[in-house]
Amino acid sequence: MLLEVRDLHVEFRTRDGVAKAVNGVNYSVDEGETLAVLGESGSGKSVTAQAVMGILDTPPGKITGGEILFRGKDLLKFKEDERRKVRGAEMAMIFQDALSSLNPVLSVGDQLGEMFIVHRGMSRKDARTKAVELMDRVRIPGAAQRVRDYPHQFSGGMRQRIMIAMALALEPALIIADEPTTALDVTVQAQVMDLLAELQRELHMGLILITHDLGVVADVADKIAVMYAGRIVESAPVHDIYKAPAHPYTRGLLDSIPRLDQKGQELYAIKGLPPNLMHIPPGCAFNPRCPMAQDVCRTDEPELYEVDQHRGSACHFWRECLNG
Amino acid sequence: MAESILEVTGLVKHYPLTQGILFKKQVGAVKAVDGVDFTLNKGETLGIVGESGCGKSTVAKMLVNLERPTEGSIKFKGEDISRMSGRALKAARRNIQMVFQDPYTSLNPRMTVGDIIGEPYEIHPEVAPKGDRRKRVQDLLDVVGLNPEYINRYPHQFSGGQRQRIGIARGLALRPEVIVADEPVSALDVSVQAQVINLLDRLQDEFDLSYIFIAHDLSIVRHISDRVGVMYLGRIVEIGKDEEIYDHPTHPYTQALLSAVPVPDPDARDHRERIILAGDVPSPTNIPSGCRFRTRCWKAQERCSLEVPLLAVPAEFRLASGPAAHDSACHFAEEKQVVPQEETPEATPDDLDQGAE
Repeated sequence: MLLEVRDLHVEFRTRDGVAKAVNGVNYSVDEGETLAVLGESGSGKSVTAQAVMGILDTPPGKITGGEILFRGKDLLKFKEDERRKVRGAEMAMIFQDALSSLNPVLSVGDQLGEMFIVHRGMSRKDARTKAVELMDRVRIPGAAQRVRDYPHQFSGGMRQRIMIAMALALEPALIIADEPTTALDVTVQAQVMDLLAELQRELHMGLILITHDLGVVADVADKIAVMYAGRIVESAPVHDIYKAPAHPYTRGLLDSIPRLDQKGQELYAIKGLPPNLMHIPPGCAFNPRCPMAQDVCRTDEPELYEVDQHRGSACHFWRECLNG
Repeated sequence: MAESILEVTGLVKHYPLTQGILFKKQVGAVKAVDGVDFTLNKGETLGIVGESGCGKSTVAKMLVNLERPTEGSIKFKGEDISRMSGRALKAARRNIQMVFQDPYTSLNPRMTVGDIIGEPYEIHPEVAPKGDRRKRVQDLLDVVGLNPEYINRYPHQFSGGQRQRIGIARGLALRPEVIVADEPVSALDVSVQAQVINLLDRLQDEFDLSYIFIAHDLSIVRHISDRVGVMYLGRIVEIGKDEEIYDHPTHPYTQALLSAVPVPDPDARDHRERIILAGDVPSPTNIPSGCRFRTRCWKAQERCSLEVPLLAVPAEFRLASGPAAHDSACHFAEEKQVVPQEETPEATPDDLDQGAE
């Protein structure tokens, strides 16, 4: 297994109290595989990714438990300088907002080249050549001329390509893409997702795709982990989850999106709001919003029950949910 | 239904680009909106879709008179509101209200919810006498599904979805006939989006509203709209009833746009034809000659660079009465189904077996 996150716990200590952002997350990705982590804002999907990359702001964040095994070694036991060698070279991240993730006062060529100078000890000239190659690879037209341009001179889609180029620079084994296309228009989103999928196949990388878009997930993922209030509530291969969700939250999400191919009447809406992470409800965190909730859901926290060999659901009534 | 409430003709908004400090000279213009025509019928929802920079929000701003059009007219019940001023303008504005995209920045953080929703009554005191206002605001909170006791709270005490409800309540305060909603749900989480869309649907029936619904999410627009207009670089390229646009699109841009939308069905990914457009949208300061879509169109020919296609029923469909016969601004309009149709129920058990392997 390329990456395995085991029972990860992350807290944020703030003035108002302790926010439990991640409460026992388990997931794994293999080489060449795409895992989609699906969740709404505040579900802990990005915080988990930041913990894996080692870019969590500490304080206020604190990893309070668990292991992050990369090729079998626990990254949380690494010293900072060892961690730095992994970050960028072995695993890389693509952020949502390319304009604020790129340095506005350095040309894109300098930023891409920096990777080779720092990690590979190349000369400036060689690094520049490499930068042009990378830009060609992510299909930026006229790479040799544009290498001197600054981030603001590129369009949104082109900037996201530069982010992808930067993540790919050292040919990492794992890429984490945090909402890579959320800020883009649909036609550009299609271009960027296609490019990402193609490069992943070519380089046989593991990909963790963090998103809230059920459509994008259906297009590219092999398996899905659905997060709610810092826990994984359902994990399954992509085909299973769309056919028959085994958790009422997943079911609610799937039912609440309008469809392009049909004009529905009233949309199903999950009632209420996601919980405040400082006061997660006892029992199952989803119980106040769940149409199936019983007394047991208010007292006992469900474990991730095994639905079948590849599938888990953290719902006491997953059988009922699966059967509709 | 056929009674039109809003009629937009030849709407143009150009922002001048100037050079020089002392002697300003116009060197060009950002052609944000460049000739838009549509009508909105009473009780109907007209959806406007398009990518960022296509001018859809500029159209919204002109409809509520936050921007003055460079050319063209906006007629509300036959009266041109775009040239009004003073008292007449104030009266006209009452009837067309707006709901904004971002519920975090469109509510004043220092005002209570009661003050925010009641503020329209300060400007139009004839709608509600002073003593009656608090009661009216509480009624409005109730209508949008918020607890009327929250009247003294501040915006930061609410979640995104609740804030959008406050924005909608403010839009309803003056009992307008038209509501212009500019991306009203795009800042919200999926589970909350559905709540707000259902609310808008319900209010439309309850208050007999007509909506202009602007969004970039094609699925949401289909769900809520009776008719849909597709915008590209400041112009509407195709407009028609929702099934005409979604199931029988004839303009290549609409087809590309629809085919690019990810469908939440993993089985569709292999047998779906996707049209991936090359390149980016051209700059609105330098719009291509002829058809503005030709630089990214796979069908473009010489004629497209010479002749501007008009928004009308294309000649090949003019005699037919089917759903393909709707307005489309393309010289080579051709019907093409790009949205995968829902499978027949009989097909499902087979699919399940294949999926289990």
